Amino acid sequence: MRARVRRVRRFPTLAALTWLYVLWSLLPVLIAARISFNNGKSRSAFQPTSFRWYWGDHASSVWYDDSLQTSMANTLRLAGLCMLIATPLGVAMAIGLHRWRGKISNAANGLMLVPIVTPEIVFGVALFFVFSQVYVGVPTGLTRMMLGHVTFTLSFVVVIIRARLAAIGTQYEEAARDLGASRLQAIRLVLLPLLAPAIFASVMVVFATSVDDFVISSFLSSGAGDETVPIKIYSGARAGSTPALNALATVMLLFTLLAVALAATVVRWANKRGGAAPGGTGGLAGLTG
Amino acid sequence: MTPAVPLPAVSLPVTAGRKRSTAIWATFAAPGVGWLITFFVVSIYAVMAVAFGAIDPILKTARPKWNPLSWDWDAMSRTIDRVLHGDLGQVFVRTGAYIALALTGCILIGYPVAYFAARVVRRRRGLLMAALVLPFWISYLMRMLAWTNLLQPDGYVNKALRFLHLMDAPRNWLNGDSYTVVIGLVYGYVPFFILPLFASLERLDGRLIEAGRDLGASAFQTFRRVTLPLSVPGLMAASVITILPMAGDYYTNTYLTSGSPKTTMVGNQIEFFLQRSSQPQSGASLVLLLMGCLFVLMLYYLVVTIRMQRAAER
Repeated sequence: MRARVRRVRRFPTLAALTWLYVLWSLLPVLIAARISFNNGKSRSAFQPTSFRWYWGDHASSVWYDDSLQTSMANTLRLAGLCMLIATPLGVAMAIGLHRWRGKISNAANGLMLVPIVTPEIVFGVALFFVFSQVYVGVPTGLTRMMLGHVTFTLSFVVVIIRARLAAIGTQYEEAARDLGASRLQAIRLVLLPLLAPAIFASVMVVFATSVDDFVISSFLSSGAGDETVPIKIYSGARAGSTPALNALATVMLLFTLLAVALAATVVRWANKRGGAAPGGTGGLAGLTG
Repeated sequence: MTPAVPLPAVSLPVTAGRKRSTAIWATFAAPGVGWLITFFVVSIYAVMAVAFGAIDPILKTARPKWNPLSWDWDAMSRTIDRVLHGDLGQVFVRTGAYIALALTGCILIGYPVAYFAARVVRRRRGLLMAALVLPFWISYLMRMLAWTNLLQPDGYVNKALRFLHLMDAPRNWLNGDSYTVVIGLVYGYVPFFILPLFASLERLDGRLIEAGRDLGASAFQTFRRVTLPLSVPGLMAASVITILPMAGDYYTNTYLTSGSPKTTMVGNQIEFFLQRSSQPQSGASLVLLLMGCLFVLMLYYLVVTIRMQRAAER
């Protein structure tokens, strides 16, 4: 029976279609990256390779153009702060909501899910109004953008951590409690280590979401000084821009891919080390988006 | 993985202890809930206060009204009127048409890919999975930047089309072209479509498909009468996940059309009201209308999903 089921059916058309899709989805990005190495100003065709738009050009390369450097520093600073705030906030919220039973808890659970289905433009407009009408004292620019990014990413953290909490169950913590640990000790010594891969995954998701965000940053940006890389790419698309924009995007892409590769390695290492940990694939599953 | 021998769940059902633990878990959740109320709930309420508020007669800035009893429905009814009888109607129709076309594109491309990845591929499965996830880690605007490179008048798309003799003169794709917007939307959102569909197709019970074949149905009949009906929930979830962001998208459109008014969608209109002309009230009412439409869509989705679940349980 099993042998008959295993009979491999190949679907060659389907396979061709799928790999064609993969090619279509990635080739344009590769072409854009290649254009960043042009030695001329063309943004539409390959030219001989050079590092002109990375550091060769002393006026408008990524290394020498102040506005490009600032945008990169702003993006990384925003993402870093966002990770530091949204992750602990989200982890605590996930643990709390997972255990706390009652009507208020149900309402809070529902509230937590709403930001995920809210289109970014609604988010952006709402934050724009709340800062210009209610929290007028909050410094404009990066501070407001950071608060917006945390609000936008918080629910992702909660969802990822809750999935892992459900996989872990309560036995390990109860065992710790029976052996004399206090509730907080049980969380610190047993639950948090078990949650580590999921926490790590949510840090990565927060980072990627914040680095990628354009709409919220754009609605909360107050001028040239707080532009992020997506804003720079967006506003630089008009005629007259150079492959330096492609170079900027390529540098950010490398940053992100390095971070992902690092994360995947750490998760794999952690899984191998604590092979018996429950829900061992939770971390990687979370990493996939 | 659960432990082979389940540990006994020892808990003391003491009321006082339970009350105290409720307080502890509420304390854990409180900062996050407080954050969401401060920056999300109040923000959404601010949109309503602006939409139903007043406009400063001199500065033309918004003067929100926080008391729902004194809300002024004038701006909203004017906006609704513009949608039903005026210039904004076209914008809504265009948004709906672009989303419908882009969603069709997502289904035509996404379903075969998700099916292949979930149920067929054996060799190079890891590679395929990585390739399907990779677009999530590439900045959305970089992916759009790539298309502005390719679609330049002297870009590679025009070169390829002329090489294949599909076109005589180079076409200006980036100047308010509906095709470009729809292709851009499909390119941008198809990864979001594929992953949830993949997850659902992977969980699909293979024995049902085998049963179809064993009972004498052809491969096509089995697909049409077994596989396809079973993938409806996944298709619907994937569609909702792509429709929601597409409905509010304005940057794909502006970026690929140099901001041409010929392709304005609802998102572009909102962005225009708020960032490029000072009409905060019209912008806020349009945001509320968009939220209303999406709320109806979500409600429909939930009702249908619950109904399907009930039918499956019966």
